[in-house]
Amino acid sequence: MSELLNVSSSPHVRHKDTTASIMRDVIIGLLPATVFGIWNFGLDAAMVVITAVVSCVALEAMYQHFMHKKVTICDLSAAVTGLLLALNLPSTIPLGMVIIGSFFAIIVVKQLFGGLGQNFMNPALAARCFLLISFAGRMTAFTYDGITGATPLALVKAGENVDVLSMFLGTTAGTIGETSTLAILIGAAYLLYRRVIKITIPACYIGSFAVFVLIFGGHGLDFTYLAAQLCGGGLMLGAFFMATDYVTSPATPKGKVIFGILLGCLTGLFRLFGNSAEGVSYAIIFCNLLVPIIEKYTYPTPFGYKKGGKNK
Amino acid sequence: MNKCLERLYNGIIKENPTFVLMLGMCPTLAVTTSAINGCGMGLTTTVILVMSNLMISLLRNIIPDRVRVPAYIVIVASFVTIIQFLLEGFVPSLYDSLGIYIPLIVVNCIILGRAESYASKNPPVVSAFDGLGMGLGFTIAITILGAFRELIGAGTLFNIPVLPDSYEPVTIMILAPGAFFVLSCLIAIQNRIKRKKGVPASECSKSGCAGCSNSLCGGRHLMEAQAVADAVISEKEEAKA
Repeated sequence: MSELLNVSSSPHVRHKDTTASIMRDVIIGLLPATVFGIWNFGLDAAMVVITAVVSCVALEAMYQHFMHKKVTICDLSAAVTGLLLALNLPSTIPLGMVIIGSFFAIIVVKQLFGGLGQNFMNPALAARCFLLISFAGRMTAFTYDGITGATPLALVKAGENVDVLSMFLGTTAGTIGETSTLAILIGAAYLLYRRVIKITIPACYIGSFAVFVLIFGGHGLDFTYLAAQLCGGGLMLGAFFMATDYVTSPATPKGKVIFGILLGCLTGLFRLFGNSAEGVSYAIIFCNLLVPIIEKYTYPTPFGYKKGGKNK
Repeated sequence: MNKCLERLYNGIIKENPTFVLMLGMCPTLAVTTSAINGCGMGLTTTVILVMSNLMISLLRNIIPDRVRVPAYIVIVASFVTIIQFLLEGFVPSLYDSLGIYIPLIVVNCIILGRAESYASKNPPVVSAFDGLGMGLGFTIAITILGAFRELIGAGTLFNIPVLPDSYEPVTIMILAPGAFFVLSCLIAIQNRIKRKKGVPASECSKSGCAGCSNSLCGGRHLMEAQAVADAVISEKEEAKA
């Protein structure tokens, strides 16, 4: 039967986008940060990236095979999870721990809750937090150029001076994908150009975070401090690639704004008043949990809907 | 005597308070950071459960029905206080590691649940054995839980290092989330074994799904029973028409 005669239920007009094409775009968007991370941290980083991606895809395939479900690794979502997880890990982490992280992301957070589209929080970030709590020492030991040292963000928190330009370019210690703001912005620009993500959440997130830092940072209108806070840590990576995850961010326009502002304030709160220098991953998975409530209260009114009863 | 053995089997296997009835989750999740803690908590609860079941069963015809819950709590609290002083005096290390969870045994729902549903209606000896069975079931369950958490989260078992030094402990397992992970895995394994055996509909409580211990049916038996009843009603209506 020809496609034209095939009568099916709505929607009848289809866009060419598929899950696989969107995920492919996300991978392309992440490539600058990945390549820079591997250049910056060397072969170790490459091994972490490869291990994470391969183990995520393999675990998803194995789970779906043994649970007699359709194997959906060709939609690339597991590969994106693996890549994001790798970018959130330090390059020195043992590969066994990377596999434990992949297991937590794919099996516990994603598949046990029903697979793609059903996970209640970002699998990659949940796995990062799992590893961070489990292996605190390994996850916060950053090495750069053979020297173990604190991340620029930790130095900022300690009140020391940092080189903002090298933070922007990314030649500092940190996790594999978070160091280079420039590389992340290039990838983000590609995603925005391809309309895979909308600017609303990242703009609200970074904007409200900047305002929070200016008000509560205790440095007044010190823009070097603000720039260090913006370029340091996982803020950029989180704002553009993880807060915008379709499954775990609100679908409503107003909801996106609320979500972004909440993220900015929480990140600021964790970074300025918390024990640890970083707070992006906790802020994002915490806000992921609030998404159903945010969506419930920002549901847009349908066109022609009258308040207080059905329209005639 | 047979009835007493049946009570023990019921408490340890068939209606295990942790794995089947899901009662007493607060101590189950909070104190099982190590096998020793789990075992200590379980045995403490067992002693209190046996004594309170015995006492409540002896007093079951004296306690007025309207004030029975306060009366039970007074009895349980007295025993908990005694045990707390004994622990503090003789096993101070266990007393320190269990901390606030010893006084909280007063409001442990396994104890109040057994008092309300069994001891208040049955003779003393059987009630004491019911308490012993439930207590041992609880002890076994939370010791297993504690052992798994200690093994993965610290690499030791009953404070003896069993894993090689190269093993890096997964700290999250001895924190609160680890309790949920291990408990859910243990229940999943148990349900898998039970499902293979199959549970007959006669296991289901007749008064609906609330308070039914047949966790594997998922409401299926009730729905089937209702479908049969509906079919009978519609047949009658058709016959009338």
